[in-house]
Amino acid sequence: MSPATVVRKWLDDRFDWDGLLAPFRKKTVPLHRLSYWYFLGGITLFLFVIQVLTGILLLLYYRPGPNEAFESVQYIMTQVKFGWLIRSIHSWSANLMVFTAFAHMFSVFFLKAYRRPRELTWLSGMVLLFLVLGFGFSGYLLPWNTLAFFATKVGTEITGQVPLIGKAMMIFLRGGDEVTGATLTRFFGFHVAVLPGLATLLVMLHVLLVQRLGISVPPKVEAEWIANPNLRREMKFFPNFALREAIAWYIALGVLGALAAVFPWDLGVKADPFISAPAGIKPEWYFLFMFQTLKIIPPRVFRIIDGEVLGVLAFGAAGAIWVLLPFMERSARSRKWVSAIGIFALVFIIGMTIYGYIAK
Amino acid sequence: MSRFGATVLQHLSSSRASSLHNREPGQKSISFTGAASVMSDQGIQPGVPGAAPVQRRRFVEVLLGSGFMATAVAFIYPVLRYLIPPRTIDVGSDSVVAARVGELKPNSGKIFHFGSRPGLLVLTAEGEYRAMSATCTHLSCIVQYRGDLREIWCACHNGVYDLNGRNVSGPPPRPLESFDVQVRGEEIFVRRRREA
Amino acid sequence: MRAVLRSSWLLLAGCLLLSGGLARAQANAQTTAQPKDQCLECHSILPDNLGVTEEKFSQDIHSQKGLTCASCHGGDATSDDAEKSMSRKAGFKGHIDRKQIPALCGSCHSNPDYMRKYKPGLRTDQLSQYHTSVHGKRLAAGDTKVAVCTDCHSVHDLRPPSDARSTVYAANVAKTCSRCHSDAARMKDYKIPTSQFADYSKSVHYEALTARGDLSAPNCATCHGNHGATPPGASSVVNVCSTCHVFQAQLFDESPHKQPFTSAGLPGCVTCHNNHKIQHPTDAFIGTGDEAVCTQCHVQGDAGFAAAGKIKSDLTHLAQSVDQADQILTQAEQSGMEVSGAKGDLVQTKDALTKARVSIHSFRVERVEADIKPGLAGAEKDFRAGQEALKERNFRRMGLGLSLIAIAIVVAGLLLYLRKIESGSKPTAASLS
Repeated sequence: MSPATVVRKWLDDRFDWDGLLAPFRKKTVPLHRLSYWYFLGGITLFLFVIQVLTGILLLLYYRPGPNEAFESVQYIMTQVKFGWLIRSIHSWSANLMVFTAFAHMFSVFFLKAYRRPRELTWLSGMVLLFLVLGFGFSGYLLPWNTLAFFATKVGTEITGQVPLIGKAMMIFLRGGDEVTGATLTRFFGFHVAVLPGLATLLVMLHVLLVQRLGISVPPKVEAEWIANPNLRREMKFFPNFALREAIAWYIALGVLGALAAVFPWDLGVKADPFISAPAGIKPEWYFLFMFQTLKIIPPRVFRIIDGEVLGVLAFGAAGAIWVLLPFMERSARSRKWVSAIGIFALVFIIGMTIYGYIAK
Repeated sequence: MSRFGATVLQHLSSSRASSLHNREPGQKSISFTGAASVMSDQGIQPGVPGAAPVQRRRFVEVLLGSGFMATAVAFIYPVLRYLIPPRTIDVGSDSVVAARVGELKPNSGKIFHFGSRPGLLVLTAEGEYRAMSATCTHLSCIVQYRGDLREIWCACHNGVYDLNGRNVSGPPPRPLESFDVQVRGEEIFVRRRREA
Repeated sequence: MRAVLRSSWLLLAGCLLLSGGLARAQANAQTTAQPKDQCLECHSILPDNLGVTEEKFSQDIHSQKGLTCASCHGGDATSDDAEKSMSRKAGFKGHIDRKQIPALCGSCHSNPDYMRKYKPGLRTDQLSQYHTSVHGKRLAAGDTKVAVCTDCHSVHDLRPPSDARSTVYAANVAKTCSRCHSDAARMKDYKIPTSQFADYSKSVHYEALTARGDLSAPNCATCHGNHGATPPGASSVVNVCSTCHVFQAQLFDESPHKQPFTSAGLPGCVTCHNNHKIQHPTDAFIGTGDEAVCTQCHVQGDAGFAAAGKIKSDLTHLAQSVDQADQILTQAEQSGMEVSGAKGDLVQTKDALTKARVSIHSFRVERVEADIKPGLAGAEKDFRAGQEALKERNFRRMGLGLSLIAIAIVVAGLLLYLRKIESGSKPTAASLS
């Protein structure tokens, strides 16, 4: 018996290893012209794992606190062997993860994978998306450089615009009235403890749901397959799809490494709370569409409504509607509406992001 | 090494033979890469185990195995080096090791780096350590300790400071920023003064 | 019961009277903290020429030390009866004639025994100095238009020079002098220019004094003297400047300019740097360009012209090298490389530039190059450190390239493996087992 078989038998005796893996051996992935989109979820998960690993490594040297944060990141970049690589991978992977999370969400949306019985998967996924954005926002401040400091200032300021609870939310986020060292400590706590804990639970739920419910097939393809069962194509998860996923993950790893080495992440200049904000402060690209929208809303709408408050509320409402969209699909007509809203949202986000980049 | 890689793969899948459900024999398999159709076009004759398939298998195994090992090394090596703490400790921007005990003779001074700015450490004739910024407040030249004058002197325009950093003569308009000195064991730590 | 009430009423009345009396006494005491100058009873409400308000006089240092109007003007300050206080018998002098003001002030201020009672450390030679000054000499010759003590120090609200509101506070001296010296009508007869204050207010010294609050910067009195105010002669100007600009003066004295300047009667520093309008010298001052001062005397072909050109090109070369090193180090630093050591060295290298700009005053190429050469060496070392840092950065990219190849191999291998296991027909399966 080969050593691998020995180990397997040992585990099987104690864990019912084979029983545990049985569902996975049977798992299949539907094959059709849109199957490529199925990779996105896995890549997002892979990038999350990369974040956790590189994050833990960074934790070994990073020190939160206004007097030490910037210097410790500088130390990691310059003194620690391969620190520059770990840090740059962490920063790039963060950005890629936000992108793939959005892409995954939109692909799920347009392939209508949120339909019954998969509503909970959609909900947990949306919460995960918000968590990912929270990860991005909190992590961005940690190097404590000028750009991060002012981006956080602007971002939390916008939070304060929410009527009634906005001020309280802002003080909660900032750990005070202004962005200070207390904010940094708080964001650090969110970033390394609160958000990872929540995210881990939700990821487990999300993946479990996917396993239990199987992979959804888009409505048109499903209709074709019902009409003609011979057309149905499925691929075994193990080893075929798994190997393809492995290829995709390896390519993602390569892309990450290339980005980290060719475009290493800047240190910036240490934050000084007392200087005036540099011109043209912009948040990270994934918040840019919201930021730009708020910028172009006039200060007073219909002469009585505050423009910024209106913008913030509008985005809140849009987010809420988006989360609940799956429950709004009842008929073919409402399905068309939902698709239209989706296309509009996608175009809006992409358009405003580009606009935000080229605007002064 | 390459066999290891290949064996790993083989044990991942329980049945290698039927990779697709519901497929009629002879039907072209659908795969993302369309590779299978290419393979069957390459004229592998059924029932004839030949040299070509064996060579191909070994080639793939070697390729995979060595690739795996190379990437594993490429990942694990940097992580291992990262985990080992570097020689220079990171004490932050507020404090630095300026010198070791015994390095300075009485009535002499030494320039050290405080981040990227110069600092001056002086051991007075009475045996006391003083530390201050070495950037002259006039036009930012680097000052020095003059044992003959028992004072700090700037060679650029003849500015003079006393051992407390106060500007006493010449063009400097402001005193030099003083630092705290603490001797811990063999090391002399210099720290920025903090407001109470 | 009634007795208690009555005695408490009495007690209350007594307290009120007492407090009223105390308050009045206190009010009186405050106004009599200084000996009551009865003169001010009338003179505080008289019009301008004869008017001195109590508020104004309370600012005067003499008043604060306990002197009264009578201390200078004579008479009796304790009486508010005009006849009694301003009687000749009491020694009343009335309006003090301008010609007599210095002597009057000097009657106390030149008396060390008297001044010791108030401020032992105060000098008592002001009057004797004044007699040596242009103002003092002209006053003695009968010209009352010149400055006397009260013109500069003000009168009736005289503040010590250390008080920032004083007319002779270091930062205010130039304005005080300019009250006469910038007045073209007043200075017409003396045939001296009136542009000094306008020039001086454009100078680095004025800026240091007023904008940066550096009280060690020179004002009019620093170079010309205050009580013995006289312009230094052409030959001694260098001495005045050299009290602060020590190195430049030393170098100048040993330079080839010293002898020709002395024989031509040209003042040392002023010829190139101006006397009042001393502006911040830039590298453009040196050399043979448009803004250069060397071409005031030197022409193409003479040794000085060549030397000026060489010194300028050396300076420019050093400044550029330092700049290049700075740029490359900043570039390396911003892409995450550790260069703080090299950046610290660059600060030291910049010292060479500062020193070279001082050693220009030797007007010898070798002396300047003695400062330039170590600077160039330092700048080159720092530049190379920057290059090393960038090379290290590029080395990382190469390392990445290798690992990308490894990844590509794995990806290729996986693809081939996939093809193999999905070729599907039994024979292929058999070939794998």
